[in-house]
Amino acid sequence: MAEPILGVSGLRKTFGALKVTDGVSLDLRPGEIHALIGPNGAGKSTLIHQICGSLAPDEGRVFFEGRDVTASTPAARARAGLGRTFQVSTVIPEFTALGHAMLAVQARQGTSFRFLRPVAGDRSLREPAMAALARVGLENRAHVPAAVLSHGERRRLEVALVLALGSKALLMDEPMAGMGSEGSRELTALLSELRREAPILMVEHDMDAVFALADRISVLVYGRIVATGTPDEIRRDPVVRQAYLGDEAS
Amino acid sequence: MSPALLVEQLLNGLQLGVMLFLMSAGLTLIFGVMGLINLAHGSFYMVGAFACAAIAAATGSFWAGLAASLAGAAAAGVLVEVAIIRRLYDRDHLDQVLATFALILIFSEGTRWLFGSFPLYLDIPPLLQWAATLPGGLQYPVYRLAVIGLGVAVALGLFLLISRTRLGMRIRAGENDREMIAALGVDIRRLNTIVFALGAALAGLAGATVGALQSVQVGMGEPVLILAFVVIVIGGIGSVRGALLGALLVGLVDTAGRFFLPRIAGLFVPPAEAGLVGSGIASMLIYVVMALILALRPKGLFASHA
Amino acid sequence: MPERSFVPSRGLVASLAVIALPLALALWASFAGETFYVTLATRIAILGLAATGLNLALGLGGLVSLGHAAFFGIGGYVAGIVASHAMEGTSVLGLPAISEMAYVWLLAAVAAGLFALVMGAISLRTSGVAFIMITLAFAQMIFYLAIAWPGYGGEDGLPITLRNGFFGLRTMRPMPFFLISFGALLFGLALFAVLKASRFGAALQAARQNGVRLASLGVEPFRIRLVAFVLSGMITALAGALYADLNRFVSPSMLSWHMSGELIVLVVLGGVGRLAGPLAGATLYVLLEHVLGGLTERWQFFLGLALLAVVLLGRGGLMSLLAPKGVRHG
Repeated sequence: MAEPILGVSGLRKTFGALKVTDGVSLDLRPGEIHALIGPNGAGKSTLIHQICGSLAPDEGRVFFEGRDVTASTPAARARAGLGRTFQVSTVIPEFTALGHAMLAVQARQGTSFRFLRPVAGDRSLREPAMAALARVGLENRAHVPAAVLSHGERRRLEVALVLALGSKALLMDEPMAGMGSEGSRELTALLSELRREAPILMVEHDMDAVFALADRISVLVYGRIVATGTPDEIRRDPVVRQAYLGDEAS
Repeated sequence: MSPALLVEQLLNGLQLGVMLFLMSAGLTLIFGVMGLINLAHGSFYMVGAFACAAIAAATGSFWAGLAASLAGAAAAGVLVEVAIIRRLYDRDHLDQVLATFALILIFSEGTRWLFGSFPLYLDIPPLLQWAATLPGGLQYPVYRLAVIGLGVAVALGLFLLISRTRLGMRIRAGENDREMIAALGVDIRRLNTIVFALGAALAGLAGATVGALQSVQVGMGEPVLILAFVVIVIGGIGSVRGALLGALLVGLVDTAGRFFLPRIAGLFVPPAEAGLVGSGIASMLIYVVMALILALRPKGLFASHA
Repeated sequence: MPERSFVPSRGLVASLAVIALPLALALWASFAGETFYVTLATRIAILGLAATGLNLALGLGGLVSLGHAAFFGIGGYVAGIVASHAMEGTSVLGLPAISEMAYVWLLAAVAAGLFALVMGAISLRTSGVAFIMITLAFAQMIFYLAIAWPGYGGEDGLPITLRNGFFGLRTMRPMPFFLISFGALLFGLALFAVLKASRFGAALQAARQNGVRLASLGVEPFRIRLVAFVLSGMITALAGALYADLNRFVSPSMLSWHMSGELIVLVVLGGVGRLAGPLAGATLYVLLEHVLGGLTERWQFFLGLALLAVVLLGRGGLMSLLAPKGVRHG
């Protein structure tokens, strides 16, 4: 079995008396999509925040490519190659789609401290940025300010940014949220293809997408992982059926 | 150095601290409830002092002046809140800074217009014009003791108000969730006006009581305002408890600095200059302390907004 | 990225007009023999430069600094201190005191840059209201230091008997000094424009609009903001050095918090984040001060009312009246 690219061990986080993350360990292996599911309030988003570094765990470690990144800032993790997309698309309102992608390209190059040459017309930024937009089908919307982009377009822009960034692994917080069925289908195809470049750890509520995409699924209930396995194993797991899927069925 | 001298400095520090608390409490409440930065808070301090001096001169009674300071500053607060400030709650901090900076210009020049450029003098009421003998033989002005007592009483009253009354409950709710409190049917506009006026009245009260110790003049509120900013930054913005502890800390450190540093400076520079150098460095001291505290705890000592 | 057209945009025309105004005023006044107006134009240029420095932090970076008087005053005191040591023929902190502006500016920029580095490193750990108050407090620290320091005039300020020199130009004359100041202003504006269009500028504007997003791309918003804050302080210090030479006097009032407030006023009056905004603001401010100040001693009262009107009614400042803007960033 391949060495995991991302590993989480013994993560704990409490808010007051509430154990939102209660000893979570999981990993992400090359080439896979690992989906994290669970009922509302199970602590999925909190877990993603701890993995990407915007929230510090009380205990436990996060490893990326074998290095302990528990103390690293979100930006440092992103530089190391851990890309993320947000539950609610977060854009830079006055930047166009292309402006976003060019910013991601310059971030990848580590050239944000260049002060003289104008970015407008800079082909070393523009071409990779356009290529990333083209992969998500946004090349015709490149010059539209992000504030004007539709919900679905922003979702795709999120993906374009991690593409432009060249991330080695992706954290995706509900990538399908608010997408219509058409949009979901397109995004599912894109993510399915993407996993070979960068494995994906995703939180998702859309069960059709999860069971269509995931190589492995972990079920989080009250801050604990109650089961991990292939989609078939998870479907058959009695604990999961009771704790989670059972609720869905009823 | 005699213990009596130290006690005297301690009391001076306490007195400065409670006055700073009167200023900071309003500022921090206004920020906590309305999310507003109010540079013009020092103007209410000045309004209170001028109202007190004018009414005391007209009636011959300091106490009438003191009442006028509360009423005048509260009225100025209501006027300003209704006419201008309530349009700023949804604006960014830059607009708030600019508008309240403009208010300072208006208040300062307006006051100069009404009262002229010369300072007014406000006498300590005869009832309190004597010195008490403290244990240890220290003679200490009763007025200053009364100021400390007033500050402590106001602090207690404020804590009771916030923890025990309906208004206090609404203030606390407003700090946590403005939409929630509106949904509960509380008239948030009225709450804002009341909190703003309360803050202004406290500042006016501070201005009046300090006015009797110093002179009453245009611009008197600004150094106090800036110290009050330091207080709430140290204490944690939005926290009344933080404001109290921050105010006492700033009051004591500042007083200690002013007392000790000129004496220390005297060891290095000629005595003629030592006082100025020492007091200047003492003025810096509190900002250095603030920088150190923030370097270690960027949200202040008692941040209420985690 | 809007495609560049060859027709100059209304924004460009408006900016050029605003930039040309002090030059035109100074040239006219010089020919008409009205040296007072040359000095007025010089004041506009220098305050415009100081506010352009602030605009880098405030306009592009969204950093509402209420402490930029510190940099303005540091620049002023460097000019004053070097000039006074040069008169006496003594050295400053082991450095030779050369009464030459280029040298003074370098020292001013370095001194202000170092202070901005410390001030920024602490204050940029906070944001919002706390940042405003902390920058204010840092400026107060320097303000009281200037008062306490007995060697350089303390509360009374430090006169500059002779303006610092500039490669043999007669800097004591109004017109050469105006041209030097105007040149410095052009340099500051060019620097602002270049930075705004650069990769750094893109990151800085992203940090203002969505720091979390920038961090998710692997760029630390803190570092970007800190560099912007330091550059901003250095430009404002350059203006401070010129201002001290203009008045041939430097005092703690250059460091006062009113000065910090006025710098913000200039930026907002003119248009936050716009290239010529701070200069437009400085022009309006200096002319208002001149005209209103001639009519009434209480002109600041009316300035206050005007400011309130600008904040409450007009958004975007003078530049948005001259040239309403579309979408700015590629």
